[in-house]
Amino acid sequence: MVKVRGVSKSFGPKQVLRDVSLDIAKGQVTTLIGPNGAGKSTLLSLMSRLLPKDSGQILIDGREIGQWRSDELARRLAILKQTHHLNIRLTVRELVEFGRFPYSHGRLTREDREIVDEALNYLELHDIAGKYLDQLSGGQRQRAFIAMVLAQDTEYVLLDEPLNNLDMKHAVQIMRIMRGMADDLGKTVVLVLHDVNFASAYSDQIVALKDGRVAAAGTPDELIRSDVLGEIYEMEIPIETVGGCRVCIYFTGEQAAGL
Amino acid sequence: MKHKRNLIILGILLLLALLVVCLYLFVPLRGNIQYILKLRTNKVLAIALTGAAIAYSTVIFQTITNNRILTPSIIGMDSVYQLFQTAMVFFWGSTTLQFVDQQINFILTVVLMIGFALLLYQVLFRKDGTNLHFLLLMGIVMGTLFGSLTTFLQVLIDPNEYSGLQARLFASVSRVNTNLLFLGGGLMIPAMLYGLRYVRTLDAIALGRDHAVNLGVDYGPVIRRMLVLVAVLVAASTALVGPITFLGLLVANVSYHMLDTYRRGPLIAAAVSVSVVFLVGAQLIMERVFVYTTPVSVIVNFIGGIYFLYLVLKERTAW
Repeated sequence: MVKVRGVSKSFGPKQVLRDVSLDIAKGQVTTLIGPNGAGKSTLLSLMSRLLPKDSGQILIDGREIGQWRSDELARRLAILKQTHHLNIRLTVRELVEFGRFPYSHGRLTREDREIVDEALNYLELHDIAGKYLDQLSGGQRQRAFIAMVLAQDTEYVLLDEPLNNLDMKHAVQIMRIMRGMADDLGKTVVLVLHDVNFASAYSDQIVALKDGRVAAAGTPDELIRSDVLGEIYEMEIPIETVGGCRVCIYFTGEQAAGL
Repeated sequence: MKHKRNLIILGILLLLALLVVCLYLFVPLRGNIQYILKLRTNKVLAIALTGAAIAYSTVIFQTITNNRILTPSIIGMDSVYQLFQTAMVFFWGSTTLQFVDQQINFILTVVLMIGFALLLYQVLFRKDGTNLHFLLLMGIVMGTLFGSLTTFLQVLIDPNEYSGLQARLFASVSRVNTNLLFLGGGLMIPAMLYGLRYVRTLDAIALGRDHAVNLGVDYGPVIRRMLVLVAVLVAASTALVGPITFLGLLVANVSYHMLDTYRRGPLIAAAVSVSVVFLVGAQLIMERVFVYTTPVSVIVNFIGGIYFLYLVLKERTAW
C-alpha cells in the first residue's frame, strides 16, 4: 500500500503540492485527475522517487520512500513518464529486456527471458518484437513501454498520462490493459489521466487534485458528478449515465473558458 | 545475426588497431634497431593509451549527458592545461619547460586539472547531483575565462618564448619518456578497469534519467563517479600528450555508426580501437609521410572538424 501523508513540493517560489494526503489501495486502478497544473504528474513523480519531496511522508509498504534502496524499490514499483523519446535506438525486445534490469543488471537469465516473452505476449507485441521503436506507431510504442514496465514485475505500476496522443481505439486498448493488470495480474495501478470519461469508465478510485490539494477522492460514482467536477474544473459539466457508466458531456459547456 | 555482425566488426577493428601499431613499430626498420624499437614502443604506447582514454571518456561522457555531439573538453579541462603551461612560461620563461622535471610538470598538471573538475562538480554535487546542464554551462563559462586569460598572457609573452610554448599546446608524443608513460598508464589503466564495472549500468543510464531511476540505478552517485572517472582520464591523457579531446567526438560517433547496438561495452571497445587506429595512423603519417611538418593535432582537428560539421548537418535533417 502506498500512503501519502502531508506531502508538499515547491519549484522555486511556486508551490505545486500543498499538504497532500492519500492512500492508494492495493489491487485497484486509481486515477489522478484535475486541471492542468494541479500537481498530478508531480505527485506521481514524488511517489516514484523521480523527484525529492520537500516535506511530508510517502510510505511504500510501510517504509518511507527515501529509506528504500533504489534497486530494491525498482522490483516493487515501476513508473512510466509521458515522454517516450529515447536517445538510443532500441528494438521492442531490447526495450522490454530493460525491464529486467533491477533483477539481473543487464545479464539476462533464462527466467528473465521467459518473463520478457510473457510481457511481449500480454501486450501482443510478439510479431513486432524485432522492430525498432522509431518504426512503430504511437500506440505500438506506448504498448512497448508498458511491456517494459510489466517485465519489471512490480506490485505497483504508475503511469503518467498513458493515453497521450493516442486515438480512441488505442486509448481503449491501453485502458483495457490497465484494467487487466489490476484484475488478472493483481497489480496496483496508478494513472494520471486527462480524459475524465476514461477515468470514470475504468477506475476503482479517482483522486481529483486542484491547486496542489486533494479536492475530492472516491469511487467514480461518488466523484463523477456535476457539482463535484464543476467545482474542480470551474465549468458546467452535465453528466449522463450510458450503459451503466457515468459520462461527462462537457464539450459545449457554455461557462467554459469564461465564454 | 545482428550480434554476430557486431562481433565481426569489433574483431576487424581490433585487428586493424594491432596492425597499425605493428606498422608503426616495424616499418621501416633501419639503423640501431634496439634503440629505435625502444623509442617507438614508448611513443606507440603513449599514443594508444591516450587514444583509448579519450575514446573511453567520451563515450561515457556522452552517455551520461545523453548527447552524442559533446566531448569532455566542454567542461574546460583543456583550457586549464593551456593556462597552466602558459602561466609557467609567462612567469618563469620557456626554459622552465625544459628544465622543470617532466614528471613534476605531469603531476602538477594532472592535479590542477582534476582539482578544477572536482571544484566544478562540487557546485553540482552540493545540490541533488543531477543538474548536468548547469555543469556544462559552468564548464563553458570557466573554459572561456581560462581561454581568455591564456590569450592575455600569450600576448604579453616574448615571441621567442611563445614559440617554445606553442609546441606544448599542440598534442605531441615526442616528449613522452618511459617515466611519464608509467605515470600516465598508472592513472589511466586502473581508471578504465574501474569503469568496466559500470558498463551495464551505463546502458540503463542511456535511456535517460527517469528510466534509469525507475530501473533502480542509483543515479546521482553513479553519475558523480563517472564524472570523476572522465576527469581522471582526460587529465592524464592531456598531461601526457596535450589537448586532443576533439578526437573523442570523432571516434565515439564512428563506433556508434559502425556497431548496431546500444550496449556501451562493445561501443567503448570499438571506440577505443578506432581511436588507436586513428591516432597511431595519424602519428605514422605525420612522422613518415609529412616528416614532422604537420602536428598530429592538426590532422586530428581537420578530419574531426569535417566530421563534426557532417554530424551537425545530418542531425538537423533527422529532426
